[in-house]
Amino acid sequence: MGFDYAPAPESASIVDIAPSYGLYIAGEMVDPVDGTRFKTVNPATEEVLSEVAAAGPEDVDRAVAAARAAYDGTWSRLPARARGKYLYRLARILQERSRELAVLESIDNGKPIRESRDVDLPLVAAHFFYYAGWADKLDHAGFGPDPRPLGVAAQVIPWNFPLLMLAWKIAPALACGNTVVLKPAETTPLTALAFADICRQADLPPGVVNIVTGAGDTGRALVEHPGVDKVAFTGSTEVGRQIARSVAGSRKKVTLELGGKAANIVFDDAPLDQAVEGIVNGIFFNQGHVCCAGSRLLVQESIVDDLLDHLKRRLGTLRLGDPLDKNTDIGAINSPEQLARIRELSSVGEAEGAERWSPPCDLPDRGYWFPPTLFTGVSQAHRIAREEIFGPVLSVLTFRTPAEALEKANNTPYGLSAGVWTEKGSRILWMAQRLRAGVVWANTFNRFDPASPFGGYKESGYGREGGRHGLEAYLDV
Amino acid sequence: MSDDGRVAVRKTYKLYVGGAFPRSESGRTYEVFSAHGGFLANAALASRKDARDAVVEARKAVPGWSGASAYNRGQVLYRVAEMLEGRRAQFVAEVADAEGLKPRPAGEVVDAAIDRWVWYAGWSDKIHQVRGSSNPVAGPYFDFSVPEPTGVVAVVAPPDSSLLGLVSVVAPIIVTGNTAVVVASEERPLPAITLAEVLATSDLPGGVVNLLTGRAAEIAPWLASHMDVNAIDLAGVTDEELATELEAAAAENLKRVVRPPAAPPDWAPDPGLDRMLAFLETKTVWHPVGI
Repeated sequence: MGFDYAPAPESASIVDIAPSYGLYIAGEMVDPVDGTRFKTVNPATEEVLSEVAAAGPEDVDRAVAAARAAYDGTWSRLPARARGKYLYRLARILQERSRELAVLESIDNGKPIRESRDVDLPLVAAHFFYYAGWADKLDHAGFGPDPRPLGVAAQVIPWNFPLLMLAWKIAPALACGNTVVLKPAETTPLTALAFADICRQADLPPGVVNIVTGAGDTGRALVEHPGVDKVAFTGSTEVGRQIARSVAGSRKKVTLELGGKAANIVFDDAPLDQAVEGIVNGIFFNQGHVCCAGSRLLVQESIVDDLLDHLKRRLGTLRLGDPLDKNTDIGAINSPEQLARIRELSSVGEAEGAERWSPPCDLPDRGYWFPPTLFTGVSQAHRIAREEIFGPVLSVLTFRTPAEALEKANNTPYGLSAGVWTEKGSRILWMAQRLRAGVVWANTFNRFDPASPFGGYKESGYGREGGRHGLEAYLDV
Repeated sequence: MSDDGRVAVRKTYKLYVGGAFPRSESGRTYEVFSAHGGFLANAALASRKDARDAVVEARKAVPGWSGASAYNRGQVLYRVAEMLEGRRAQFVAEVADAEGLKPRPAGEVVDAAIDRWVWYAGWSDKIHQVRGSSNPVAGPYFDFSVPEPTGVVAVVAPPDSSLLGLVSVVAPIIVTGNTAVVVASEERPLPAITLAEVLATSDLPGGVVNLLTGRAAEIAPWLASHMDVNAIDLAGVTDEELATELEAAAAENLKRVVRPPAAPPDWAPDPGLDRMLAFLETKTVWHPVGI
């Protein structure tokens, strides 16, 4: 028996997208001086949403100078309590405008409204709210008395959680007393530009937050600018490496949150239905555009058939389509480039001998789409088991013993996250101790909270975001 | 020949790798002189191969050392301090030669080094509570964060402070469960080799500390670019250009890097937690709460 769903679209009338945007520097929206312009599109329709500035070196220079002036002139002189109050204001305005921002995020990014509304936006506001409270309590954070801010922070964020990554970067930076220049991803600049308007509404002193849009060149100019004291980057391991190289010999403090290839490990005693939900959430949440996605499913051999039956049945119920439809589970792939990469690695998976499966799934005619896909018969040598696909593609491997599961899980240069499913408490803790990953989800997956430190081991980067630990990235300690 | 006509038995100074004292596989040595220019000994001039062997041994030692209980690591490190104290006279003589100090100030340096070691030993079962946390997440989950060792850490020891500086960079690496590949002070390596002899007789498992003598400029680039090294401490790199090269090479596998100090450091004051924290990862574990 099948259910028919009537369309249930969220109205887009709540958002007002300008035909073009400038750069947000020193509290003003300004035209680029030496930059160019590029278009941002709705990945679900390929419709052009707006024209955005690609900041040039001179623009970046102005933004850094504005941040420095604000740091020296106002922000570092404000009482900590006042900084906190500004952050509380930002948190409240984000809550007030959360529906508008959720719709805008779904339009620009392609993610389902159910996720932008129920996950991204609540976490964005919570993150500001959490760090607002830290602003006047830094003496008690365990970094000694009166820990000092670093100065100007250069922050470069990815397109998978545009506003959430902005919150992860800006909230702790401001709470610790830094000023920032943030570059949103090329394909998802609109919510960051909306955040500029929120800074205006909050009467945030000019220059404390500056937003420069653009692509890799803009990001490079920002990160390599001699006037910045801190670099925070979330994105690919390859770009993270370049940044680590480029800051060598400088005094810039760096935190990097990079790629992952997480193992989601299911033991034979795991509650099957819960595990299947966790697997689906682990890899199909946000179209798999998640650095900590559970992209390698490790299943104990004795239950693999049963589990795959359940999993395939569940994948058959996922609804792919209009991101603004409230019933949609899987939205659009963010960009044609990303779609091409997912297609390429999936073809490699087939060519290398893994078996590909997707549920029957109609893809819309326009926009960038990829059906939920799983590969069975995957070996550790296959590229789909080693490389980050960053899409709705799950590689299934098997194991017999806990030691083998651990060996396979840790057999990767990445170390961002891992999942363990078992009813046996001692086994959870045994695995959690030995998994070389910054976040271990046991009998759950893809949970995030502003109070919970997040970040990687090995080539997944260094530094932590969230919690008390997240303050360290923005203090001179 | 001493005053009574007896010919002294001199010590051969070698590398310390995997709990053994090999010569350099290259067969090379170099002359070590006292601060006043007198010949002291021939030290092994370690090669790329020696560095790579040391990394292999350091990696092998990671599971056992990081898996030992914090209490046990504290006991072993305290035992090291006992052995240091027992060899105090030898260290005073070597530090005096190496650093050109009179016996009394040399003694003070050795005392400070022993006390530094004891201070770090005590951290083994305390850093978790200072650094870890339980996290009040907005949902029915038990969520906690714990510090864990980064893995294999390479360190270029300070060039001037041959014992106190050395102890101040090695102890914070290993106390939390990391293993170390140490490049000793090029011109003042003898106290480091004697420290290795102390480590070898202190229940410290072989491979937890591996010590190379030779030219930092020759050995350190191999360690900085080695894909099985997880972090590098450039404490003793005084050449800015070399430091930049090493940091850039370390980016290849995103090693954690501690940059050289901006000014020549004074190793005497309380060091704080920085050097321990630099080589700790934070792991956060979530589990649902329910019935």
